[in-house]
Amino acid sequence: MDNLIIAARKFTSRLLVGTGKFASCEVMAEALESSGTEIVTVALRRVNIDNKDDDMLRAIDLKKYLLLPNTSGARDAAEAVRLARLARAATGINWVKLEVTPDPYYLLPDPVETLKAAEILVKDDFVVLPYINADPVLSRRLQDVGTATVMPLGSPIGSNQGLKTRAALEIIIEQANVPVVVDAGLGLPSHAAEAMEMGADAVLVNTAIATAKNPAQMALAFKLAVEAGRMAYNSGPAAADRRASASSPLTGFLRDEQI
Amino acid sequence: MIVTPQYRVPEILTILSQKNLDGDNEPWRKQLDAVTGDEVERAMSQAPGCYTFEKLVALVSPAAQDYLEEMAQIAHRLTVQRFGRTIRLYGPLYLSNFCINSCRYCGFNNTTSFERTRLTVDQALREADIIASEGFSDILLVSSEDRGFVSIDYLAELAGKLRQKFSFISIEVYGMTAQEYHRLFEAGIEGVTLYQETYNRRAYQYYHPAGPKADYDNRLTTPDRMAAAGMREIGLGALLGLTDWRTETLALAEHAHYLIKRYWRSHVSFSFPRLRPAFDVDSSQFQNLLTDKDLAQMITALRLCFADAGLVLSTRERAALRDNLIKLGITKMSAGSKTNPGGYSGCIDSIRQFEVDDSRSPAQVAAMIKQQGFDPVWKDWDAIFNA
Repeated sequence: MDNLIIAARKFTSRLLVGTGKFASCEVMAEALESSGTEIVTVALRRVNIDNKDDDMLRAIDLKKYLLLPNTSGARDAAEAVRLARLARAATGINWVKLEVTPDPYYLLPDPVETLKAAEILVKDDFVVLPYINADPVLSRRLQDVGTATVMPLGSPIGSNQGLKTRAALEIIIEQANVPVVVDAGLGLPSHAAEAMEMGADAVLVNTAIATAKNPAQMALAFKLAVEAGRMAYNSGPAAADRRASASSPLTGFLRDEQI
Repeated sequence: MIVTPQYRVPEILTILSQKNLDGDNEPWRKQLDAVTGDEVERAMSQAPGCYTFEKLVALVSPAAQDYLEEMAQIAHRLTVQRFGRTIRLYGPLYLSNFCINSCRYCGFNNTTSFERTRLTVDQALREADIIASEGFSDILLVSSEDRGFVSIDYLAELAGKLRQKFSFISIEVYGMTAQEYHRLFEAGIEGVTLYQETYNRRAYQYYHPAGPKADYDNRLTTPDRMAAAGMREIGLGALLGLTDWRTETLALAEHAHYLIKRYWRSHVSFSFPRLRPAFDVDSSQFQNLLTDKDLAQMITALRLCFADAGLVLSTRERAALRDNLIKLGITKMSAGSKTNPGGYSGCIDSIRQFEVDDSRSPAQVAAMIKQQGFDPVWKDWDAIFNA
């Protein structure tokens, strides 16, 4: 199976998992395990990042997973940068999932502040994975300043609506020079498979797993869907076509005439 | 930075008066009574979590009481989707019961005579230590209108010291100017709760006969100033039981909707303070008290209209009811609250603002939340955001 490579680091799993909204740390730990993920994102607001006894941090096995701190809750670039630096100082981890979401309702990312923060953090030697709206030009601007991935949303975070931004995602994937991780809005394993079939390099899922009746089983379902989607993409899927392609052509007799 | 939006939208005072939500309740009561089951069903089938005024009218109507179970199911589903299986916990710290207002329903009313208490910053810090030791990281500073003592300087000094122990600090004190709110925001206070108490002008004047709080218009426009000053969380509420709760809910929702549209960076939450017995207050004067069913309808109706609003429940409510309301959309709760200044350390025997009805310890409440399949969340913010 081909590996996912982000900032020269290899991952065999193409499913990133978020840690919010779980009923308990135990349920979360089980779901992480069965998802097969290798990258786990944690909201800095939610944990005591400098305390090794923090309940949530203790439930994440750092030997198995790369801990990806995120700046969820930040309203502007300055807040996001401050959070990222705090996380690095406390943990030594220089990876950050950059989230700048000034609208507390739909939690849509602010493109202006995200770009500003990304530029500062890249210069400060962070590996930056920015959460963005599905905007191809913003994707290119972020790659230009040196982000390690782009993470466009499929639909508003937590909405479980799937790939509502499909047309823009296709352009982002086509143009990308870094891995494209489809983040937010994936409500079902079929949505994840669809993103992978389109050529996304990875997906990030949280709400759909955390709020399922059986999170561990749903995590496994997402794992399988991501693998199936990637395999299909690598297999060179037959092109979909609106036109019919009959197995018994109606104009075959004309070919006979030419002989 | 203080933001003054330049949108050409009507002010909240105009909105309420145009809809007659600040005037006589009778016309609204009639309209609400006329809502049919069909209209409630139509409202329930509209986009879940999105607000329209007409939808809320249907959902708070008497007819909607027959649909309470369905409303609760939708409210539960929406809340789990948006907030996960989590309940945030906070601890209130009462600073002073000196007051220059004379609200007729309040135990701290300045016309009542009792020995009053105010905590020095050092005393308040000792109380806060106890709250922190119970596990809280989210603290609400509460005071009656005692500006002379619980001043802006006092609050800023206290917040500066509390920031080392608490990840989120909010206040429920008295109305301020945008500059004052901004100063407190910079000192580390990131949320403000201020109830309108009642949106009905006549009732407002009756219940608030004297003091700065007697100014209805000023009270109603105070949340604008919090938002303009950058506050992240703005808590709204009506003191339930003063007038008809259905009409109050309509006004409350219009107020929230207005703030959300105008100040889109601040998060609005609703509280549900029901009138409680208080020191030297005759509760038989209140003709509009809510039943548990009414309260459940109000909570679920608001959730069906505001998917992402915080819904806050205090220890005013009894334990068994609080346990059940968790699944109807509540996202944040207090626990182990003492509603008198000095109440945690017990060194001062002062008068409470109201009687609490859930006297379980924070640990017991957290255990109950876990038992229901939810995660009690002590920390959901970090002081570093506002460094």
